[in-house]
Amino acid sequence: MAEAQNIPVGSTTAGSIAVAAESTVATRMSAPPSFDVADFPVPHGREEEWRFTPLERLRGLHDGTATATGEGVKVTVEAPEGVTVETVGRDDARLGRAGTPVDRVAAQAYSAFEQASVVTVPKETVLTEPIRIAVHGEGGTAYAHQVIELGAFAEAVVVIDHTGDAVLAANVEYVIGDGAKLTVVSVQDWDDKAVHAAQHDALVGRDASLKSIIVTFGGDVVRLHPRVRYAGPGGEAELFGLYFTDAGQHQEHRLLVDHNVPHCKSNVVYKGALQGDDAHAVWIGDVLIEAKAEGTDTYEMNRNLVLTDGARVDSVPNLEIETGEIVGAGHASATGRFDDEQLFYLMARGIPEKDARRLVVRGFFAELVQQIGLPDIEERLIGRIEEELEASVA
Amino acid sequence: MATLEIRDLHVTVEADNATKEILKGVDLTVKQGETHAIMGPNGSGKSTLAYSLAGHPKYTITGGTVTLDGEDVLEMSVDERARAGLFLAMQYPVEVPGVSVSNFLRTSATAIRGEAPKLRTWVKEVKEAMERLNMDPAFAERNVNEGFSGGEKKRHEILQLELLKPKVAILDETDSGLDVDALRVVSEGVNRVRETGEVGTLLITHYTRILRYIKPDHVHVFANGRIVESGGAELADKLEAEGYEAYTKGGASA
Repeated sequence: MAEAQNIPVGSTTAGSIAVAAESTVATRMSAPPSFDVADFPVPHGREEEWRFTPLERLRGLHDGTATATGEGVKVTVEAPEGVTVETVGRDDARLGRAGTPVDRVAAQAYSAFEQASVVTVPKETVLTEPIRIAVHGEGGTAYAHQVIELGAFAEAVVVIDHTGDAVLAANVEYVIGDGAKLTVVSVQDWDDKAVHAAQHDALVGRDASLKSIIVTFGGDVVRLHPRVRYAGPGGEAELFGLYFTDAGQHQEHRLLVDHNVPHCKSNVVYKGALQGDDAHAVWIGDVLIEAKAEGTDTYEMNRNLVLTDGARVDSVPNLEIETGEIVGAGHASATGRFDDEQLFYLMARGIPEKDARRLVVRGFFAELVQQIGLPDIEERLIGRIEEELEASVA
Repeated sequence: MATLEIRDLHVTVEADNATKEILKGVDLTVKQGETHAIMGPNGSGKSTLAYSLAGHPKYTITGGTVTLDGEDVLEMSVDERARAGLFLAMQYPVEVPGVSVSNFLRTSATAIRGEAPKLRTWVKEVKEAMERLNMDPAFAERNVNEGFSGGEKKRHEILQLELLKPKVAILDETDSGLDVDALRVVSEGVNRVRETGEVGTLLITHYTRILRYIKPDHVHVFANGRIVESGGAELADKLEAEGYEAYTKGGASA
């Protein structure tokens, strides 16, 4: 897709490269990071970090009125041998190392959770089977905290599945030891009414790598905030995302990659398709290259495919560069629409309408899906995309 | 022998909250193996005719009939028309993000032929057709019409014509925006298809230039929404010399 072309009415595609620190990633937030919800004012919706989010649909996660209920979510962890799975109290020293909540909902989750789950892959343990974490909503409200830690040179694939109905606010930490490799797939396949807000903090060790794949299909409101920092040089982060936003859904992905040490890499690719009235996707891609982060190599990209009228995309890449001594830094954002002329063109070549839509959407996602590198996940995603399309045709 | 019959075709379009009649009774018969050139000034309704035949939703048929071998074309959806054997090479081919040319061609050929072409022969077929049109093999991996130059878009249209082998091909200003070299390559492509004798061609153009490469059997002058004069190739020479003025002055004289 050519850059920033075919932008449908009602969408915005904005990009900026902030060289001076006038409006920085940090100053755009309404309060400094904190574990305590009391340090954040209740948002009113005009704050930079909340301006795209329908607060009235957060079911009270943002203003303290959402009380945890007994039957919030059920978490099941299936882990291969050698992996430690623990449920720990709030005072466990391993919590809160990868990052600090940056907005009120994340701080609310941190202030309100009762027990945390800690999954540990010992050093030099290379798993051949994935760790599977099922988070199933039981219809209630829950605050959760999850830590996944890989010791030095460990390798693991973690698949987190979110299903069912829930109002869930959570923090997820990925602590990746030196030279370790973590692939984590988080699938948001919620029922239609679910509300899910989560901050993901990854701390990438020296020469370690993170591959994060966020897949969002379901929910009424899903608002995820994946954040990456580096604990030493040589770290790599690949952040892939795929979303399929249907009528009435709000799906928001806000990313931050903080290049806080030298010689690290990051690559962000998020792609979304939207269909139906009031489908709303938001993508915020913040990349910060700090003054000391010489040798940084980073690229971020967001692509959106609007399949019908009535859908809206807000895509805002933002790159802050405090040093010129870098390998590369770039960003791109484009929103295109699958419109009646494309449909006509394909149909005029004999292709039935349903197949035409499928062709375009599959093609749009294929390149991203192929980068995942996990055949069973790839197949499942393609299958799920087909289902979304079937549902839209019906 | 396949025959496209257009009888008293009336078409309107909605523009600026008003209904405007663009086609005002078009009569035309195109038989397999024949080439008809439709020539006329801008705004005469030539492209409306092309898009109406293909079934573009923007146009409303208010009267008349169109049949292909007796089958009612106007009852068919856009894709059904294509599968029945109608092909429209568009003046402004549309970009389709995320869909590669090779995927598009194969999906289209599968739809038109009713079964997926055998992969080995298909790859060869596409490769050879592309070579004949002087197209780089890398072209197949690009997204449909995305970032194509004007000439590339038209070659891509003719590539489809060659691969899909329609009964009736409507070429809507395929010559517009082409330099002489591209025009020659594209015309040769059209001629290869014509030489099979299996396609009826409706060549819509503003200029006589393309008729030096593609020799029509019949030339029709299109003005104010209908055919106002028909003749042989010599009519094109007359238009070349005199222009459309005689047909546009005073509107529809007929």
